[in-house]
Amino acid sequence: MLRYFTKRLIFLIPVLLGVSIVIFAIVHLAPGDPAEVMLGPSATQEDIGKLREQLGLTKPLYVQYWIFLTNALKGDLGRSIKSNAPVLEEILERFPATLTLASLGMLFAITVGLPLGVLAALKQNTWVDALCSFFALVGFSIPNFWVGLMLMLLLSITIPILPSSGFDSWKNLIMPTIVLGIQTMAVIARMTRSSMLEVIRQDYVRTARAKGISDRLVLTRHILTNVMIPVVTIAGIYFGHSLGGVVITETIFSIPGLGRLIVDAIRAQDYPVVQGGVLFFALCVGIVNLLVDLLYAVLDPRIKAQYRSAK
Amino acid sequence: MTMNEKTVPASSGSGGALREKRRSPWWEVWRRLRRNKAAVAGMTVVILLLFVAVFAPLIAPYDPNQTNIKIRLQPPSAEHLMGTDNFGRDMFSRVIYGSRISLYVGFIAVGIGAVFGGILGAVGGYYGGRLDNFIMRCMDVLLAIPQIILAIAIVGALGTSLLNLMIAVGISQLPRYARVVRASTLTVRGQEFVEAAKAIGASDTRIILENILPNCMAPIIVQSTLGVAQAILAAATLSFLGLGIQPPTAEWGSMLSSGRQFLRNAPYLTFFPGVAISIVVLALNIFGDGLRDSLDPKLRQ
Repeated sequence: MLRYFTKRLIFLIPVLLGVSIVIFAIVHLAPGDPAEVMLGPSATQEDIGKLREQLGLTKPLYVQYWIFLTNALKGDLGRSIKSNAPVLEEILERFPATLTLASLGMLFAITVGLPLGVLAALKQNTWVDALCSFFALVGFSIPNFWVGLMLMLLLSITIPILPSSGFDSWKNLIMPTIVLGIQTMAVIARMTRSSMLEVIRQDYVRTARAKGISDRLVLTRHILTNVMIPVVTIAGIYFGHSLGGVVITETIFSIPGLGRLIVDAIRAQDYPVVQGGVLFFALCVGIVNLLVDLLYAVLDPRIKAQYRSAK
Repeated sequence: MTMNEKTVPASSGSGGALREKRRSPWWEVWRRLRRNKAAVAGMTVVILLLFVAVFAPLIAPYDPNQTNIKIRLQPPSAEHLMGTDNFGRDMFSRVIYGSRISLYVGFIAVGIGAVFGGILGAVGGYYGGRLDNFIMRCMDVLLAIPQIILAIAIVGALGTSLLNLMIAVGISQLPRYARVVRASTLTVRGQEFVEAAKAIGASDTRIILENILPNCMAPIIVQSTLGVAQAILAAATLSFLGLGIQPPTAEWGSMLSSGRQFLRNAPYLTFFPGVAISIVVLALNIFGDGLRDSLDPKLRQ
């Protein structure tokens, strides 16, 4: 199994290499000149030229890319144009807030979405099912930034019990968690429902019932363990997705995280930060996908056995 | 799931009774769709919204860009159904006009994603081998970047404009169409009618366009319907962040963004555009779900 994961880890390298090329190309398509941005409108043509030379912007693109890549491999993502701090340092400084948010969002999504889906499936074709399913569909459809604003209106302005911005106490985390998790919650609920409906009809479930096992045990031991696999897949995919969602959440609630760093960097044309930030996001998505695979083996002995025999 | 041409009788001229029985597969889909109440409701709302978008000038009571400082920030009333914004513009008219941009961006962005993604997927699936491998690895790279961040980066690089917004959203959706089309191409590729076309000497381009793609339409249509919903959400998100449609154009995301600073005193500025986005996206999602069910009844239990 270890060998399988080493293999998967190695497969991550070409993907990250591809991401670095894509983001490098996107950033260097930008019409603005970083040297001009750094020096401001009052700079002379001569100064701009000198700085371009210094930043290596006069070299051909593929040389610039090579320098960027070799430096990145050494952990050097360049320096921010705006703050002059090393990009990696800025990213790592802001990463904990983003990771906290993303994890809490996922936790919220699972703790609400899973029971919702289970309930809907157990009461299939009743009003409970219709309500749960509609709730999930609404959660999937409403824009999360609007949810954020409406929550703020309700809980910070009309009934002022929660702070609308900042990142100091647990109270700051409640609304961002909901905003970030609501879409994933909806997806998990839908996936759980359809997966449940499939599993409920399986022969082994009928056998378990026939043996006289209590409903609760059948649900937890026989049904849920099998429902979890597709749900974990979807949750894994959406974790990467919700990492993107932090861009919105962090902007609305003024949380100093990675998403806001990237948005601010794009507005300020701070290209080293954009490059480094996106690359870091891709790395996170890749690692999450790998962890999801690991989780499969834990959840499903059949997959574990496959890995063993593949050795 | 493929709409096999095999269902078309080989000798189509053999009597009316037989033809009567085997109506086109699309008619069958339509029949199943009609029975799904939720899907019909979703479809009705989508059609209604298309009407609103097309006939916006007739429906909107005021010019959406007509400013009048004297009546700024008025709460909803009989005269101004959704109130007025900080420039005294009628919010109801702006929300009506906003449907134009949202639907336009949604459909064009999906068009870009589906056409280019579809070509990549069909070519990869049809030829297989190294080319297929290369295309799919490129899609993996695009999928490794969270969609919204990819779109933000592209818009940031190209600059903010309507066209760039559509390109950015379209590109960020490209991989899913490539995957869907590739998967169905693979199932169709080995079938007899493709071989028959090859045998009579049809070119690859012609086989892909005339034999393979028509048989992949079902999943493409479902994916596109749901894709329009997500494209509308993504475009609104970018506009909300100030990276999409710029004010003063009446667009829901940017209206939300500028209404945000008046959240305390004029919450209706953020309430109504959000409701509008939600309704469009919800209707498209319900319709897309129903469409998927009626295209593939096996999935429905």
